[in-house]
Amino acid sequence: MLLIDCPYCGPRAQAEFTFERPVETIVPIDASTDEALERLYTRTNPRGTSAELWRHSQGCRAWLRIERDTVTHVIAAVAAWRSTP
Amino acid sequence: MTSRYSAWNLLRGGFNGHRHWSPAWRTPQPQPHYDVVIIGGGGHGLATAYYLAKHHKLRVAVLEKAWIGGGNTGRNTTIVRSNYRLPVFQALLEKSLQLWEGLSAELNYNVMFSQRGALFLGHSDGDMTRLAERGDALRCAGIDAELLSRDAVAKLVPLLDMSDAARFPVAGGMIQRRGGTARHDAVAWGYARAADALGVDIIQQCEVTGFDIAGGRIAGVQTTRGAIGAATVGIVVAGNSGVLAGLAGLRLPVESHLLQAFVTEPVKPMIDTVIMSQSVHCYISQSDKGEIVLGGDPDHYPSYSQRGVPYRIEEVAGQAIGLVPALSKLRMLRCWSGITDMTCDGAPIIDATPIAGLHINGGWCYGGFKATPGSGWVFAEQLASGRVHPLAAPFRLDRFTTGAMHDEAAAGPMPQHR
Repeated sequence: MLLIDCPYCGPRAQAEFTFERPVETIVPIDASTDEALERLYTRTNPRGTSAELWRHSQGCRAWLRIERDTVTHVIAAVAAWRSTP
Repeated sequence: MTSRYSAWNLLRGGFNGHRHWSPAWRTPQPQPHYDVVIIGGGGHGLATAYYLAKHHKLRVAVLEKAWIGGGNTGRNTTIVRSNYRLPVFQALLEKSLQLWEGLSAELNYNVMFSQRGALFLGHSDGDMTRLAERGDALRCAGIDAELLSRDAVAKLVPLLDMSDAARFPVAGGMIQRRGGTARHDAVAWGYARAADALGVDIIQQCEVTGFDIAGGRIAGVQTTRGAIGAATVGIVVAGNSGVLAGLAGLRLPVESHLLQAFVTEPVKPMIDTVIMSQSVHCYISQSDKGEIVLGGDPDHYPSYSQRGVPYRIEEVAGQAIGLVPALSKLRMLRCWSGITDMTCDGAPIIDATPIAGLHINGGWCYGGFKATPGSGWVFAEQLASGRVHPLAAPFRLDRFTTGAMHDEAAAGPMPQHR
């Protein structure tokens, strides 16, 4: 289980958080149809470092950008979400 | 030496100390070239190899990075059924179920397929309406489904909590009597042994590290045991589909998540059917060894670690005890998790790739085990002919651009919401 260091609440158990999507799948408002399809429906699905959008859904409800390793589960960075990834 | 399994050969062994058996499969060295190379020695890959060798007499190799059946084939809850709601799933999984019904005889290997019935519980009027609607759809498709009253469910599974205080009140159920369980390892071993007897080279500890592509056409694979040439290559690697596709420069609509399963200590027979609740998301059956096999929700976030989150253990145990209170007396023996390749609509991907001769069969999410024979059947036809089998045609990759997706759970384009 992950221990996620929420920038607002401090270290909390993964059970409080919800994975939303990989950062690469966020569709910009002005994306073309092809780009929107590509982002919605394809994934790098990395075996290794992944940048993801999570939410502290059972805590402060903040959206978070988390960089972590999908094999070792080591979390490299947790940051409050900014509109530009 | 003999390889045929029969009562007579078993009896013979009683007189010679069982020294007449030959190994179930060979340990061949990789050859420089094959007609077809299948990447992935799980149930689906081995079934594909078996049907390829049987129907098409091709030179086939199965490349497995570790040992056969060591991935999701050995990590599921062993449930087999074909009672899906959407016609595209019904057609493919009913073909698969029909193959299951003759599989032990076909392979001369006891896969311990036990048609003990697959029971869906309904917990409310809404659940019962949904089950009745699904049952109607199934019977229109010629697949067995039977709606059960609350009393009939209580008679079938006497240990269910039917009291007024039940945490998950049971309103009734729907059963597919032809559904049940199979011995998961035996499926991999049975297909491996039968494929090997037809000349398929099963090469373990051989990891594919790259693809040889020339002029937009596949020419072979690079492996940890050298280059192997092949005009046709099939990727059948479940949770690692994205990794292998990435080696060929392709991106898939797949995220790899974890799904856990659990067994208790073995006890005498207490549950003789498969109990499933799609509202509670809990799966309960008893293995032939006597262990109670439990399954629940996936872990809902991408991971290749094969280590599940502990709070899921608590949740599934709580649900199982809520349904069958007697389970509270048992101790959990083991838990494990497999890497499920979750697609954006919850349906598998069976298609050719933009690279000529390179095919993929994956994205089975958490429902791949029951599909093993059917998946191998259709993929073998595809690898031999280069054309997608009609039963697999709905599961092509272009459905994500045309919008013709098959969302059994009606959950939208998010892999973690299946």
